[in-house]
Amino acid sequence: MIAPWLFVATAVAGGVGAALRLVVDGAVRSTWSAPIPLATLVINVSGSLVLGLLTGLADHAGLPREWLLVAGGGLMGGYTTFSTASVETVRLVAEKKRVAGIASGAGMLLLAVAAGLVGLIIGRS
Amino acid sequence: MTSPSPDTPFPPLPSSRGDEFDGLGQNPDLDVDDSTGTERPVHLRWRFIGLVTLGGTIGTGLREGLALNFPAAPGSIPLTILLINVVGAFALGLLLESLVRRGPDAGRRRDLRLLIGTGVLGGFTTYSALAVDTATLLGDALPIAIAYGVGSVVLGAVASWAGITVGAALHRRSEAAS
Repeated sequence: MIAPWLFVATAVAGGVGAALRLVVDGAVRSTWSAPIPLATLVINVSGSLVLGLLTGLADHAGLPREWLLVAGGGLMGGYTTFSTASVETVRLVAEKKRVAGIASGAGMLLLAVAAGLVGLIIGRS
Repeated sequence: MTSPSPDTPFPPLPSSRGDEFDGLGQNPDLDVDDSTGTERPVHLRWRFIGLVTLGGTIGTGLREGLALNFPAAPGSIPLTILLINVVGAFALGLLLESLVRRGPDAGRRRDLRLLIGTGVLGGFTTYSALAVDTATLLGDALPIAIAYGVGSVVLGAVASWAGITVGAALHRRSEAAS
């Protein structure tokens, strides 16, 4: 098991990440209106880019594992969210906006994985 | 009411800010700031930011506790994160459907949505780990990467739909009983 302080630091970082998500979500929603859940897309793609970067740096540039846990699993794990993305996709489909629902569900996965890959490549280089 | 108070997540609402008042066709993401008479969006109010921070800390602690105790084997599907995400997607669907059927997004219902939904379940589930693990698997285990990524999104959607359906059924049952 990891040290208690490291576990607490990771959990608190997740709380900060969740608050950051609330603020970014509100800022995106008040700036743009879109037929897809744009705010969640921005959050999950940007968080995946940062986690990829941190993971690449931990693999190849000596970023300490403790930093990866707090900033990656904690901060970025709390910032990004899967549950909201799922519910928003289902709501679009339920509102007969099937194309937007499926496009946002599939599009978010593709863009987030691509962002994670870009982050990994940059972090490893 | 303007400062975060994580020790008391559910302070009693002053009578002037009951549900009837908050629900009168107002934007649910705006709240009346009694002290200044100005309106600030939810995402810029310290009380709500505090609720989400508290919930996110709990949710992330639960996720990391599970992920550290049940780590994924290299080159295989990260089952712990998959299970966390699917369970969280079900719970959020259930929570939001239950809340929306009880009345407008205001007062205690909004506190619960922010603490449990945006905070606990938002912090419990994660998209960045899903994306980076899928990206890592792409290189050496392409079929597993596709199964994990697509499987997560499909199972998550089914779970959210099930949560919404259960929330609606529970509400109908409680309506019929009362």
